[in-house]
Amino acid sequence: MSVKLTIIEQMERIAREHGKILAPLKEDLVLADCGLDSLGFAVLVARLEDTLGVDPFTAAEDAVFPVTLGDFVQVYEHGGR
Amino acid sequence: MAGVEAPSLRRTVANAGAQAFLWDRAASVRFANLAEGTSLRGRLAELAGRSVLLATASQLTTALALIELDGVARRLVILPPDAEPEHLTAIAAAAGVDAVVTDEGSDPGAALDLPICVICEREIVPVQVVAPAALRTEWVMLTSGTTGVPKLVVHDLAGLTAAIHARSPADGAAVWGTFYDIRRYGGLQMFLRAVLGGASMVLASAGEPVAEHLARLAGHKVTHLAGTPSHWRRALMSPAIRAIAPRYVRLSGEIADQAILDALRATFPQAAIGHAYASTEAGVAFDVNDGLAGFPASYIGAVRDGVEMKVVDGSLRIRSPRAAARYAGTDAALAGADGFVDTGDIVELRGDRYYFAGRNGGIINIGGLKVHPEEVEAVINRHPSVRMSLVRRKQSPVTGSVVVADVVLKADPLGQGARQIELKDDILKLCRAELPRHKVPAAISFVPALNVATSGKLLRRRG
Repeated sequence: MSVKLTIIEQMERIAREHGKILAPLKEDLVLADCGLDSLGFAVLVARLEDTLGVDPFTAAEDAVFPVTLGDFVQVYEHGGR
Repeated sequence: MAGVEAPSLRRTVANAGAQAFLWDRAASVRFANLAEGTSLRGRLAELAGRSVLLATASQLTTALALIELDGVARRLVILPPDAEPEHLTAIAAAAGVDAVVTDEGSDPGAALDLPICVICEREIVPVQVVAPAALRTEWVMLTSGTTGVPKLVVHDLAGLTAAIHARSPADGAAVWGTFYDIRRYGGLQMFLRAVLGGASMVLASAGEPVAEHLARLAGHKVTHLAGTPSHWRRALMSPAIRAIAPRYVRLSGEIADQAILDALRATFPQAAIGHAYASTEAGVAFDVNDGLAGFPASYIGAVRDGVEMKVVDGSLRIRSPRAAARYAGTDAALAGADGFVDTGDIVELRGDRYYFAGRNGGIINIGGLKVHPEEVEAVINRHPSVRMSLVRRKQSPVTGSVVVADVVLKADPLGQGARQIELKDDILKLCRAELPRHKVPAAISFVPALNVATSGKLLRRRG
């Protein structure tokens, strides 16, 4: 499964588990508006580390702040290498 | 309390029957032989009135030395097996140690260049004159689970044995066993119960595998067996547990959750199963024998058996004649001005029962919300496929921390493939049903085993 699909699948799962409604997951969706709160994101990052084997935010030397879903996916695509 | 004659252990073992033995993997010692015998090569008199460090490799030699030295030494400092060698000098200084008892397996460094070093042997040789037991010996135990030099907690035999009921005729036939080390408070309680009851006791040998220890317990037909919930969970994973049939099963030292109580009930349908609350500082506070986790709310505020408990800021506080007198080598107060010892164990009232939530200071902070790892573990452990779990903090770039869980399954999870994912989902579903959102683990990993300290407690890394 591609990194992007993995991320989207996890986001949908977490939203379900946390009783949140997700905005349509398009590339330019602003993460702050996606429907997950900070705990949801914290869980997402931990789950992705579990499935993808990497936490690019903690591993990065410089702080990374993805704004859109597309940015977020890219951080993982680069961090995963 | 001048004028009150101190009970001495040596006088107690004189009344033990000929069938009361102390066993470890290598030796078998008849308690009664110590009444007119010595395991200290006849050098007991040299230790009279001294502050003696017991730094033996084996539990058995510590046991023999305790019986001989109680009432003779001024102070007995009991070194647990996991004491850090680099703390030895500080411990000896704080306790004013001027003699040491070691055994054949002891690290030579434990002798600390003290003028008197006596070797304790497993063999008891008869002596003509027994040194009189005239002193009210201080028993000094070390605290566990802290970093840095452990605290030295000063007890006496009267306080240590206050929770032990008068001997009944049936006690002599009992065979005590413990997964604890008797050089820690919980294990020492079991040892004193055996000695005062005139019973036998099976001790673990250093490095002995669980299955072998269980096999020896079975061989000696153990009737009373005690350990921490972690000890019991590990024992339940060994097929050797089927060979034992204790009539009394006891847990203390960690939170006994409903899952472990139920598992022990299912394994030992005939046994009385009790969990107790005790700490090195506060002593034995209470026993719970109704098979349920937690303890009745009525215990708080009442005086039971001389023990009073209250809850301040969520933390359990105890005032008790079984509590330690003080710390040695420091002016730090063991109890507050009101005489209550703050245990640092957090309790929560739910319905008509209090439940232990975790340690004060073990809290994980998730974006400002607090989680006690133990409360999450209690929920995970209720899942029928789970043997034990460890909930820990994981750094998170978003909320600072999240909780994650390491889980040991009853059956080997490997090779189950898709079933593993299903199982993780199922455990998380249980957590979501029982816990607020921030307490639900963000991730679960299946691990083959969890590390248990020699104190019998699950090793937690604070990070």
